[in-house]
Amino acid sequence: MNDKGKIIAGLIIFVGIFTFPFISNMGKASAVPEPLLNTPVIQQMPVKQCVETKEYMRANHMQMLNEWRDMLLRDGIKTYKSNSNGKEYVISLQNTCLNCHSNKKDFCDTCHKYLAVHPYCWDCHFGPKEAGV
Amino acid sequence: MLDKAIIGGSRKYWTWIGFLLVLAGIGTINYIQQFQYGLGLTGLSRDVTWGFYIAQFTFLVGVAASAVMLVIPYYLHNFKKYGKIVILGEFLAVSAVTMCILFIFVDLGQPMRVMNVVLNPTPGSVMFWDMVVLSGYLTLNIVIGWTTLGAERKGVPAPKWVKPLIYLSIPWAVSIHTVTAFLYAGVPGRHLWLTAIMAARFLASAFAAGPALLIILSMIVRKVSKFDPGKDAIQALGKTVAYAMSANVFFFLLEVFTAFYSGIPSHQHSLVYLFAGLDGYSKLVPWMWSAAILAFVSLFLLIYPGLREKENILSVACVTVFISTWIDKGMGLVVGGFIPNMFERVTEYSPSLPEVLITIGIWAIGFLVLTVLYKVAIAVREEEIA
Amino acid sequence: MSMDRRDFLRIIGLSTVAGGIGGAGLLELRKGTAEAGSAAHGRKKGSGTTLAMVIDVRKLESPDQYKRCIDACHKAHNVPDFGNPKDEIKWIWPDDFEHSFPGAGHEYVAEEVEKKQFLLLCNQCEKPACVRVCPTQATFKRASDGIVMMDYHRCIGCRFCMAACPFGARSFNWRDPRGAANLQNPANLNPKFPTRMKGVVEKCNFCAERLREGLEPACVEACKDTKAIVFGNLDDPKSEVREMLRTHYTIQRKPELGTNPRVFYVIGG
Repeated sequence: MNDKGKIIAGLIIFVGIFTFPFISNMGKASAVPEPLLNTPVIQQMPVKQCVETKEYMRANHMQMLNEWRDMLLRDGIKTYKSNSNGKEYVISLQNTCLNCHSNKKDFCDTCHKYLAVHPYCWDCHFGPKEAGV
Repeated sequence: MLDKAIIGGSRKYWTWIGFLLVLAGIGTINYIQQFQYGLGLTGLSRDVTWGFYIAQFTFLVGVAASAVMLVIPYYLHNFKKYGKIVILGEFLAVSAVTMCILFIFVDLGQPMRVMNVVLNPTPGSVMFWDMVVLSGYLTLNIVIGWTTLGAERKGVPAPKWVKPLIYLSIPWAVSIHTVTAFLYAGVPGRHLWLTAIMAARFLASAFAAGPALLIILSMIVRKVSKFDPGKDAIQALGKTVAYAMSANVFFFLLEVFTAFYSGIPSHQHSLVYLFAGLDGYSKLVPWMWSAAILAFVSLFLLIYPGLREKENILSVACVTVFISTWIDKGMGLVVGGFIPNMFERVTEYSPSLPEVLITIGIWAIGFLVLTVLYKVAIAVREEEIA
Repeated sequence: MSMDRRDFLRIIGLSTVAGGIGGAGLLELRKGTAEAGSAAHGRKKGSGTTLAMVIDVRKLESPDQYKRCIDACHKAHNVPDFGNPKDEIKWIWPDDFEHSFPGAGHEYVAEEVEKKQFLLLCNQCEKPACVRVCPTQATFKRASDGIVMMDYHRCIGCRFCMAACPFGARSFNWRDPRGAANLQNPANLNPKFPTRMKGVVEKCNFCAERLREGLEPACVEACKDTKAIVFGNLDDPKSEVREMLRTHYTIQRKPELGTNPRVFYVIGG
């Protein structure tokens, strides 16, 4: 085994590189995100209801947005009937969802940052109060 | 067998690989910039929306299809002289299709979404079928080439299931180029492209350019290794190039006749732009006339047997064929289709520096694939000779 | 039956791949997300709503008038202006007779027609070539109202539609539109309509987002004092567009190509 030295050295380097993310983040666990719902529009709502329930939205908001897009864009359907509260909502990310949830930094970004999700919605759709660039 | 590409390479081999890697690296860096900024880094504009990248793609699909010019004689008609060279043709097809796929990728505005074509299949769209046939052809050639070479190395006949795949690859090769021609020939507003013989022209120029390149590559292989694809094979290919190039030039002259004898202005404008300039714009004129002159020179060298049979003259003829078809089928056809625009105005196009560097990078990657595959084939053949 | 290790591994491997692909395929089919494309071909004529436009260029006399239409559209849709022709994006623009209707004129066209500026935009064709060629159905003819729509999320930016459109109606985002000078000033932005991203094709959408709120297209509203642009439902015999078509001589751009544009022009007389 003339290569013992090289093999062990290689193994150490490999293990080092592989575990680096874990080591460097030790003891730095981020807090569980708590998205805030205290926007002016939500505070003025008599019954504080979203288009669907919190659990549904947490799991499915992206799928729902995709469905919304196809319904509106391809089929010309302008409203969506909620499964949880039976109300009809105008299909629009910008003017329905973001109308209430107008605090991107304290709402959308908290969970997205925690989970390292980078949706590119904002490349095109205007973040609330960020109508600009 | 891939280990053969890594072991036993000479100094020249590794220098060549290193050179290709450098070019590929430069191309990659430029592509990253294009990916971040957008296709505005190229010379393209609202009027000329396909340019250098798609020109390379169009040309290389033809080179890929040309493997069929070896497969038909050898597998369908038992033309034994092609026995040693077929593998080189199949591997050239693999390299060419790889480059095609890369050129499409760098030309897309949103390349990360390319799977949308698979997730939303659209049988009415020619481009959907282009993706299908190109992927299929790449797979076919990799499987056929690798299996036949592997069997040969083991000294056993190839497994029976390869035969139907080989037969399938014949119409499939014709289909990849026909479908690519349909991208142009089915579009209603562009008069340079709206011609029934577009697919025929494509096939003719493909069967001239592909075998021409293969002849040059075979001569190189013969020089750098102990593997000789065979003088007879090269000569037979030379005849293929001669006939195909004759057809190609003839078909082009047919287009010129229809455009100018019918007298319809819209039919003529693109050709006028390409060969004489339009409204004072004439960037492509020297290129097109060079292509035309090279084409006739090549025909002269190829048609006279006395000239074609001399290998050094044949190699010159092949180079002229390759360059001439590259210009005429690449920039000439693609850019010419967009000039004049739908309002009868001229917006010219020439590739930008990043565009050219990315293009060179992709050609380098294609040659890398080719070099590696050829090294494997050569190594297997050299083992047999030894 | 005896089998050696190599054959066994080969069979297991192929079965896994086949099972994986087959299973995934079945799941997709059950979910109904695997669509074959027939978006353009399913509409019957007179099926309910087919939106169309008649542009009466006799009423577009001065550059201000058609500039108003163009500005209204480009502002409503955050169309970027980069200030150079290479990166240009336009949804509606003016051009003269010779270039709007190439091949329709001759050397003795009346000066008043020759000098007229025509407003050009996507023709929202009945048989659009762009829809036919799109490999992902990112552009499609909407069944409910006939608008040739763009799905910016699905577009892969191949620009086949731009090669296919005989009317030069489409623009490509060669760079990030938010970098354009005119979009830097928040006052110029319409926050109700998204910008697009680099790498996708865009064009006039007959103001689908305004129609859904009961408004007219921006260009129509901008010239409603002169009624230079009349907009409405072709399938309704009593609509204004049908009335215009009945009472005036109207032409389409490049009718010989068979795309059957839904934008008509009244040019004179």
